[in-house]
Amino acid sequence: MSEELRGVVVCHGALAGALVDAAEQISGLGGALIPVSNMGCDRDTLEDRILAAVDGHPAVVFVDLASGSCLVAVLKRLRSEQLVKVVTGVNLAMLVDFVFHRSLSPADAASRAAAAGETSIRIP
Amino acid sequence: MSIVLCRIDDRLIHGQVVIGWGRAMGIDLIILVDDQVAASDWEQELYRMAVTPEIEVRFVTMADAARQMSEWQSNGKRGLVLTGDLETMAALRASSPDVVQRINLGGIHHRAGRRERLPFVYLTDQELGTLQTLEAGGAVITAQDLPTTVPVALRALG
Repeated sequence: MSEELRGVVVCHGALAGALVDAAEQISGLGGALIPVSNMGCDRDTLEDRILAAVDGHPAVVFVDLASGSCLVAVLKRLRSEQLVKVVTGVNLAMLVDFVFHRSLSPADAASRAAAAGETSIRIP
Repeated sequence: MSIVLCRIDDRLIHGQVVIGWGRAMGIDLIILVDDQVAASDWEQELYRMAVTPEIEVRFVTMADAARQMSEWQSNGKRGLVLTGDLETMAALRASSPDVVQRINLGGIHHRAGRRERLPFVYLTDQELGTLQTLEAGGAVITAQDLPTTVPVALRALG
């Protein structure tokens, strides 16, 4: 891929901003992730926010829940986009992994990030 | 039982509806009245994923809802009727005033032309007028996002 992937994080409340901030602090890489919140907007506005964040670039969109308004808004506008993949259940581990692998294809980066996120869930 | 809650929420089926109201009111039937979702299998699948297995979900058009409201009122389930906009709820009220007696404003969020009345209720003056007309016709309208919060009367939103 000639263009590095964009990561868009779509969550309820203030979660997306907090996750992006934390991922940047850990990785030292800024600007790779764009937070989108569903706060204070209706469905159409949320879809517009997501589209503006992706802005036609190849991207992986990370969503908090595997159902609900954020995921519906993402899929409604992006499900047919070949260069955009969606990963649900976003956590910090998958975002940190993603920012270091943005030269992969969207599908490969999404699979890798999902695996990193799953691996991080443990009962130590 | 019957229809126990008629709610306007532009986020449709989500946590506040399923967990917040569903548990508190013992809801076992959610009826989403939305022409677009009623025609979209993938959207229905997504919304079903947000609902616990013991709650039945039906996706219906406005026209179907108007025909079936009386049946839902007497089918033995505790039902929640949900619309994404106040126009649809107003139409349900017009077709079934005996069922849609109380209207819950649960989430009507910002868009161009709307003004904040509560953090979860934004209305244009025209929309407020529509609600006031409904209330003048006998409906009881309150804004309340969750059952644990205090309901706000429509007159306080002007």
